Amino acid sequence: MSEITAVTQENSAPPHPLKEFWKYFSENKGAVVGLYVILIAVFLAVFADYIAPHNPFDQYRDALLQPPSWMAGGSSKFFLGTDDVGRDILSRLIYGARLSLFVGVIVVTLSLAAGIVFGVTAGYFGGIYEILIMRFMDIILALPSLLMALAIVAILGPSLQNAILSIAVVVLPHYVRLTRASILSEKNKDYVTASRVCGSGPFRMMFAVLLPNCMAPLIVQATLGFSTAILDAAALGFLGMGAQPPTPEWGAMLANALQFVQRAWWVVTFPGLAILITVLAFNLAGDGLRDALDPKMKR
Amino acid sequence: MVQFFFRRFFHVFPAFIGVTLLTFSLIHLIPGDPVELRAGERGIDPARHAEIKAEMGLDKPLYIQYFRYISNVFKGDLGKSYVTKKPIIEEFFTLFPATLELSFCAMIFAALFGLPAGIIAGVKRGTPFDHTIMAVSLTGYSMPIFWWGLLMILFFSVFLGWTPVSGRLSALYWIEPDTGFMLIDTLMSDEPGAFKSALSHLILPSIVLGTIPLAVIARMTRSSMLEVLKEDYVRTAKAKGLSDRRVILVHALRNAMIPVITVIGLQTGVLLAGAILTETIFAWPGVGKWILESISRRDYPAIQGGILIIATLIIFVNLGVDVLYGIINPRIRYTS
Repeated sequence: MSEITAVTQENSAPPHPLKEFWKYFSENKGAVVGLYVILIAVFLAVFADYIAPHNPFDQYRDALLQPPSWMAGGSSKFFLGTDDVGRDILSRLIYGARLSLFVGVIVVTLSLAAGIVFGVTAGYFGGIYEILIMRFMDIILALPSLLMALAIVAILGPSLQNAILSIAVVVLPHYVRLTRASILSEKNKDYVTASRVCGSGPFRMMFAVLLPNCMAPLIVQATLGFSTAILDAAALGFLGMGAQPPTPEWGAMLANALQFVQRAWWVVTFPGLAILITVLAFNLAGDGLRDALDPKMKR
Repeated sequence: MVQFFFRRFFHVFPAFIGVTLLTFSLIHLIPGDPVELRAGERGIDPARHAEIKAEMGLDKPLYIQYFRYISNVFKGDLGKSYVTKKPIIEEFFTLFPATLELSFCAMIFAALFGLPAGIIAGVKRGTPFDHTIMAVSLTGYSMPIFWWGLLMILFFSVFLGWTPVSGRLSALYWIEPDTGFMLIDTLMSDEPGAFKSALSHLILPSIVLGTIPLAVIARMTRSSMLEVLKEDYVRTAKAKGLSDRRVILVHALRNAMIPVITVIGLQTGVLLAGAILTETIFAWPGVGKWILESISRRDYPAIQGGILIIATLIIFVNLGVDVLYGIINPRIRYTS
């Protein structure tokens, strides 16, 4: 008898939110793999100085286009081979992780922050202000993201900084729309009315009362936003409109790869593989987060 | 229905005006003086400077400049390219068929593989087959397509030697552009083998450009299929004793297709953005490559005009999708 009460009592206590989150998140094997890949990428990015076997800019003139170490003609000095000016590809990829994650962090931070401000105020105040903001977002959405980013880069000039800025502008509408939609669905709930009755001012209402309850979809979108940011930045780098050589950016590393397609497959293969794996990891983790954070999905 | 159409149409108008405002401000946002930019490094004397400024209409107040710009746009005058001195609209529409042909083939490829994959994954939910399709499509969705294109060239053109590396047609043939669509032009010409050459040039770029839409269509079809298979009418159809095949292909699929058609329509923007990358890799002479070249040449009227036309096309395609959606799904027509 006493045993049974003990069990029911244990079950009735709500689990810690993080514990509950992890329970749902870990059910999705792909998401867990994605998370591990992200953690590895972060580790590589942070400790690139210690992990990378060579300096990413050093040109070994006696080892141009050397194949990976396991192939005939390769040496253990350059595990993934060297590029056309003799730089170690592995080291460049490791430093590239730093750049790509940096791009992801900055783009997501900028667009999330601006998106929240515009979305919350649009949803909360409504009226002509809301219409203006939402119409403006529709215009940005009417253009293909890469074209819009290219247009902005065309104005500002090609550089990694401007690429980051332009991608942040391009992805902004997603955050604004998402925030506004959640605000609209929360706005008329009882707890909000209660808070208003207690005398909360508009600022407090928007950012302390409403916003925390709208965070779940934003967290998911932000995770998926990393993959968009990394992919778009790489595309801009590839087109010569993003990071400029000799920066070890994954997309820029592929910019001249076309001419080596016939002679040196490793120059073409590895940077793209790095992009694919990282983007896939963020997409997997984002899917898992959506399942774990969306109460409707919980069984 | 007519009322529905007009309501949607008026929704489109502000977006169009917004895009013209955007492309109009493009030229004013460029740092530096547009006249000096055009004069280049040689510099320019003040009298000539003022003259060109007046010629370009830059001495008028902004709102007059805008009204002049938009009235020219409605007349179909988007200015002339700084580089080739030809009208933008002419340049664009000479190259556009190449992009359209490529996008069309990419879409056919995406739908041809994406729809069956999504249907099977939805019907066989939870099986290894479903997991494989979903894993592959998520990979396709995460694909940097410029790298994917390079890999395809590496494998199919360099390693196997099956397909040509770039361009639209082998240099052995010369086809007078008639429709601008190489497949049609070569088919109508009497050059034997030209059609085959055009087709073989199209295969790789279409696969590369179609990869992301393929992934999106497969995922969308699957989730839409799952939704529909839960419905009562599917259970009724099964209870009537219809074969699985008939239930899935006739009863479920027709309803599952509604959201999928929307998604296919909305991929137009993705295709046009992807065309910039795909055309660059495969040296495909279309508008994507042209816009990129205009950007690196700082040919601002071309950039401005190109963006305006593309955005307008997308807006109208989206309108078309909306209207189509209303036609196949009457519920949409009467609500909202």
